[in-house]
Amino acid sequence: MKQEVIIAGFGGQGILSMGKILAYSALMEGHEVTWMPAYGPEQRGGTANVTVIVSDRRISSPILSSFDTAIILNQPSLERFEKAIRPGGTLIYDEYGICQPPTRTDINIWRINAMDAAAEMQNPKAFNMVVLGGLLKVQPLVSLDSVRRALTKTLPERHHALIPANIEAIEKGMQIIENLQRA
Amino acid sequence: MEEQEIRLLKGNEAIALAAIRCGCDGYFGYPITPQSEILETLALEKPWETTGMVVVQAESELASINMVYGGGATGKRVMTSSSSPGVALMQEGITYMAGAEIPGVIVNVQRGGPGLGTIQASQGDYFQCTRGGGNGDYYVFVLAPASAQEMADFMDWAFTLAFRYRMPAIILSDGVIGQMMEKVVLPLFKPRRTDEEIARECPWAATGRKNRRNNILTSLSLDPQWMENHNLHLQEKYRKIRECEVRYEETLTEDAEHLIVAFGSAARIAENAIETCRERDIRVGMLRPLTLWPFPTDAIRQYSEKVKSILCIEINAGQMVEDIRLSVEGRCPVNHYGRMGGMVPTPEELVQVITKYCS
Repeated sequence: MKQEVIIAGFGGQGILSMGKILAYSALMEGHEVTWMPAYGPEQRGGTANVTVIVSDRRISSPILSSFDTAIILNQPSLERFEKAIRPGGTLIYDEYGICQPPTRTDINIWRINAMDAAAEMQNPKAFNMVVLGGLLKVQPLVSLDSVRRALTKTLPERHHALIPANIEAIEKGMQIIENLQRA
Repeated sequence: MEEQEIRLLKGNEAIALAAIRCGCDGYFGYPITPQSEILETLALEKPWETTGMVVVQAESELASINMVYGGGATGKRVMTSSSSPGVALMQEGITYMAGAEIPGVIVNVQRGGPGLGTIQASQGDYFQCTRGGGNGDYYVFVLAPASAQEMADFMDWAFTLAFRYRMPAIILSDGVIGQMMEKVVLPLFKPRRTDEEIARECPWAATGRKNRRNNILTSLSLDPQWMENHNLHLQEKYRKIRECEVRYEETLTEDAEHLIVAFGSAARIAENAIETCRERDIRVGMLRPLTLWPFPTDAIRQYSEKVKSILCIEINAGQMVEDIRLSVEGRCPVNHYGRMGGMVPTPEELVQVITKYCS
């Protein structure tokens, strides 16, 4: 098993931490992982992206120019990464940040209205966890239990009370993601 | 038995945690992207409360390296870290340490240059590090990690070499290795050396005179004959190191018709490209130097008699390629591919490059 994922959107959406939770969960299941952020003078509102690779074998390059799965959370990221998805690969996007929807016909396309769902749950900060839930529905890379354990391990104890709300957000994401196109 | 701890860590975090665990006595550093997590992680871990390791945010890189000079002179395992322009500032201290034969570890998480350059990854400091970097005839160890795990593993190795040969050791990393997170098996805790152990293992160190002659640690002598003898001693030390301490890794080289030579993050990206090329029946393998100084001259010379060509892939304009050409001495063609200024090649890009040069 090898899955190469790019997560891209605005700084402040929780993209890097979503990738980190995915990577940590995979590590806890015994996989090899790399988490490579586009680091730079990043800021809230600027573009942010992270490449997460999960594999059963040693991972060579942490830097990639094509991906199995792209999670796209704003228009500039769609323009940059839609073309980088391998034929037969998967695109997941939140309509909220997208004014011109994807046009590729040779990939699987899923839509998740995570921004709306998080707002409805009165937990806008859990937006990234709703998206993660969507990803795990489409690509069951790690179990929900591993995510729970990863959150417990990575969050400082004072934030442990927030774990159930995060798990709820992931489950919500699993429910609401919808398929728009099969490759 | 103590179990080894497995963590998801940035290369920078791995190096900081490994330093605490390998009995480091002191860290002195000044923040600069892309390596600030080293100082930040040490500040969060507060090792002064556990192992007694000192952590100081110095006022500048010059202060940092001179604190390393002072700590090393007393036989303590001390270190600093910085990124390219900061390491440039440290060169005076490094040459003084080489001259006075003072051990210490310097971590360079490289970024693009020249000058203040950019904060993205680069391997543009190969010359700076492998040629000494400061004034006079000297070398320092240059170790090139290619993963977060190696960032952790090379820490103790660097201290071991620095003390075995009484000279500075540089861990030459880059922004990619420093910033990415990977699975890291942390080394087990090793206690810091006691004052008695230091006095026994480092009889040259300034540990308090007591009942012996003064230990004088200086790079200065106004007697040219003394200074030439000292240089001859240093050169003999470097000869011995070239003979004993070269380390490299070989991947898919047994049946290789062409050899790639790359280090650090460039080697990781090249490895991915080699996997693709192998699927297309291009028989390439890779030699990855773990020590850039001492350089694996003999190994590369031997390959140059077997392979059709050697391709050097670096994230610079062509620096290590000079050492390869000096090793090959015209026995086979040597090509180079590099990116600069913080741009990093992609695996697809390297597949094209390898296809062009190696088939």
